[in-house]
Amino acid sequence: MWKWLHPYAKAERAYQLCNTLLPYFAVITVVCLAVGWIWGLAYAPADYQQKDSYRIIFIHVPSAILSMGAYSSMAIAAIIALVWQIRNAELAVISIAPVGAAMTAIALITGAAWGKPMWGAWWVWDARLTSELILLFLYFGVLSLYHAFEDKKSAGRAACILAVVGVINLPIIHFSVEWWNTLHQGATITKFDTSAIDPSMLWPLLINIAAFAGFVGVVTLIRLKNEILQCEKHRPWVRELIGRGE
Amino acid sequence: MRITNLLEIKSVTCTKQERCLFESLSFSLEAGQIMQIEGPNGAGKTSLLRIIAGFARPDEGEIFFDKKSIRQYYDEFAAQLLFIGHKTGVNGQLSAYENVCHWLCVHGCKVDKQAYDLLADLGLVGLEDVPVRTLSAGQQRRVALVRLWLNNARLWILDEPFTALDKKGVALLQAQFKKHLEQGGAILLTTHQDLTTHFDELKTLVLEYQF
Amino acid sequence: MAQHSYWQLFSSVYSKDVTLAFRQRSEIVNPLLFFLIVITLFPLAIGPEPALLARMAPGIIWVAALLSTMLGLDKIFRDDFNDGSLEQLIASPYPLSLSVLAKVSAHWTTTGLPMVIMAPVFALLMNLEAQALGATVLTLLIGTPLLSFIGAIGAALTVGLQKGGILMSLLVLPLYIPVLIFATSAIDTSSMALAYGGQLAILGAMLAIACVCAPIAISSALKVSVS
Repeated sequence: MWKWLHPYAKAERAYQLCNTLLPYFAVITVVCLAVGWIWGLAYAPADYQQKDSYRIIFIHVPSAILSMGAYSSMAIAAIIALVWQIRNAELAVISIAPVGAAMTAIALITGAAWGKPMWGAWWVWDARLTSELILLFLYFGVLSLYHAFEDKKSAGRAACILAVVGVINLPIIHFSVEWWNTLHQGATITKFDTSAIDPSMLWPLLINIAAFAGFVGVVTLIRLKNEILQCEKHRPWVRELIGRGE
Repeated sequence: MRITNLLEIKSVTCTKQERCLFESLSFSLEAGQIMQIEGPNGAGKTSLLRIIAGFARPDEGEIFFDKKSIRQYYDEFAAQLLFIGHKTGVNGQLSAYENVCHWLCVHGCKVDKQAYDLLADLGLVGLEDVPVRTLSAGQQRRVALVRLWLNNARLWILDEPFTALDKKGVALLQAQFKKHLEQGGAILLTTHQDLTTHFDELKTLVLEYQF
Repeated sequence: MAQHSYWQLFSSVYSKDVTLAFRQRSEIVNPLLFFLIVITLFPLAIGPEPALLARMAPGIIWVAALLSTMLGLDKIFRDDFNDGSLEQLIASPYPLSLSVLAKVSAHWTTTGLPMVIMAPVFALLMNLEAQALGATVLTLLIGTPLLSFIGAIGAALTVGLQKGGILMSLLVLPLYIPVLIFATSAIDTSSMALAYGGQLAILGAMLAIACVCAPIAISSALKVSVS
């Protein structure tokens, strides 16, 4: 795998890889988003209990899943950056972080909006919501640490270390919050049972998850391309690229 | 004449804040040689020393000590390295003697009574036990420079060692340089003054300010 | 490099930091006073009702402990960074994580340990039941070193920055959450006269992990900050 990966440590190759992957992700995003939202929001049957308000899961659940997924991919990139000292992996960490933070914010906002009709309150200290909130803090930590450094090389490495520390802590935080929640009872309302979800709702949900994943991929790749160009702007290949663009 | 390169710098590049300080810089230093790095302020002298000492990473290139990459064998390199930078690593709250002892422990050298005599030799008689922050700048610098007499490192990297020192101090220091070179060590230093003592094996490297 | 020189390094770094703290006694006293003042604020804010205070005591004591640990954290590497000692530690032939372990231990001795010793007094101020006193002291004894370890990661990451203090709290406080949850729950459980060994065991496990992993993270963070 090393032999296969190693060429991409070079900025130019990584940039080309981004260019090759981008159209695929873009197609997945556009197609799945169109199908998933129209199906989910218009055609899927209404829930017999929650009526139409349940339809927010077609946004809430994918963004919640992707918020975690983005964090783990960020941490994997961070580990690669620290172990093999690959600058592009650092750039990938920085490209993913704001996208993941946005996903987390979407999950929190839609969660609150869903909570109002269901639980009668905008915010409930539900275990999953609390974990999500802490995840948002972790994202903010990585981002603000990166932007606090003037020297972007040190900034990238510092952000990578923090991302790895965060990913080691994330399961501990998650389980402690879950345990704390069951201990304090009160707001343990089960949202819905995933296994019991009807296939007519499950399919649009899965398509939406794929769409969100594609979307995260697209935005990350665009950001990564930008970061690589920023970082390599004095190199001949970038100058050539800019020259061709004009 | 031995041809063993103690230190080898291979095409090292460093950029800071979008400005290229030096590009593909290569040179080597043999045992018994002293190299003076010259250049205007902001030319990257300190950055170069910090890269060679292993604190900062070069953008490109590699540094070898005894034919071993310092990044891979940093602990071995560190055992042979004495670095005194702008910030000397002397704590102002502690006394001169405590500072020296702490440094010796950190670097795995033996602590002995010799330190007192050395502090006296360097003109710090009676000041061994007062907090270093109450001493003058030159005296504080001397506290840091005591290390030159107490180490068994082969490579010395000194960033502006003569700052704040009086003439006597400078002469004392250069005599110690000479002794170190005779014992087969190597020295890399930056200074704005010229060395007053004559060294047989003096090399100079001039860094230009680049825009 | 014999084994005793590892010990020599550890004790030298440790005793330097402890000596410095004792020469500047405010470093030890101020976090403790801060701890006391934060605890005093709560009854004034929520009312002096004994039952209410006893119910909230574990949380208040632990939040106060978190905040006062944060207070001293910025200092842990700051002076060494400013005077260049940190570079000397990195350029030492010994592993940096060992010096880091010594520094974190010294930080705990000068900020965590006094809090553990004073905890029974603060617990009494908050009307905590006598049976919960033991749990308070024990959770602080296991929990405060954990706070020092996790906090030192944040301190090491931000030591090179001009205004690292607030940023450090932002980085570190989310990571403190598990400690807070298990420690307060142990005190809660003990005040109901139930066994709280489980929570202590989890805290202990987290401390063991932190002992091993945190020095590695801290030393790589320090290397980034110095460069």
